[in-house]
Amino acid sequence: MALTNEIVKQKLSDKFGDQLTNWEEPYGMLTFTAPKELNLKVLQFLYDDETLKFQFLTDLCAVHYPERKGEEIAMVYTVHNLADNLRIRFKVYTDAEKTEVYTVSALYEAANWMERETYDFYGVHFIGHPNLKRIMNVDEMNYFPQRKEYPLEDQTRIDKDDEMFGRGGSIS
Amino acid sequence: MRPVRFNINPKEANIANSIMMGELPDGHLGDGFFATKLSDVVGLARKNSIWPLPFATSCCGIEFMATMASHYDLARFGSERVGFSPRQCDLLMVMGTIAKKMGPVLRQVYLQMAEPRWVIAVGACASSGGIFDTYSVLQGIDQVIPVDVYVPGCPPRPEAIIDGVLRIQDLVQNESLRRRNTEQYAALLNSYGIE
Repeated sequence: MALTNEIVKQKLSDKFGDQLTNWEEPYGMLTFTAPKELNLKVLQFLYDDETLKFQFLTDLCAVHYPERKGEEIAMVYTVHNLADNLRIRFKVYTDAEKTEVYTVSALYEAANWMERETYDFYGVHFIGHPNLKRIMNVDEMNYFPQRKEYPLEDQTRIDKDDEMFGRGGSIS
Repeated sequence: MRPVRFNINPKEANIANSIMMGELPDGHLGDGFFATKLSDVVGLARKNSIWPLPFATSCCGIEFMATMASHYDLARFGSERVGFSPRQCDLLMVMGTIAKKMGPVLRQVYLQMAEPRWVIAVGACASSGGIFDTYSVLQGIDQVIPVDVYVPGCPPRPEAIIDGVLRIQDLVQNESLRRRNTEQYAALLNSYGIE
């Protein structure tokens, strides 16, 4: 019988119990959260299990939630089962100062560059990554741009008209 | 029938309106010879045979492809041979968004060009960063290389790119032969950190 969200949830709960929390299904896509030490174990289980077989890593990215103190940076893994065409989302949360997560690049080759990108933009340090350095930004950059405390605009411009950009000026 | 507002008095096509003769520089015209200044002749020869290097990065590069195609033909103005080696080209046409990571690469390309060389910044992103006012986009290529002509637009129409090339041709024609050896030029290059 075809793989459904309920079967996945049942098998995961049998294996990991109530370490997996926050089960949701936004738009039909099963989403759950795990403690950050378990991320590789959960993904390995999803990969190896005979019925689950989630062997395609669709996406790996980070989200910065500044209002969740103590677990600001979320890592989101999206894995896909190509045989049964089912996709699930798996999140782990980690701290903003000490962002360390185990790497999954031993399991999925695609995670190598995706984790470098996540390090580049959010500063998530991946333990065990073979080559963790900046991939898209300039190598000399000393901050992590996609965190919410940094502005989008280039700060070296001196000729921007504040009034036109809706900041200060003579109107507001 | 809809009332027609435009083109209600069409002009017949007149071949005399479509052809422009090039101007002869000042000089003495005789029977079988023409004597003029060397700088005029050199300027005329250089301006009608510019070899551009299209440094096309994004959307403005597509507009450049349209400009080089048959409808807006840039080759009419002498830029028939576009080269992709900076050693062989006169005009560096930077068309598209240049990221901060690409800046040193652009500088290397510019440094490999031989004098006399000109630079045209096509489009808003090359001129000033365009709409991409972000941490990763170079806010104008004039932060890394000296630019002669800026063509605004997002993207500029092919007619605008041709207008930019025509302005470059004016600069080429009127440039003094000694300009590249002057101190002001050396000072300009020094301000960009180029020796």
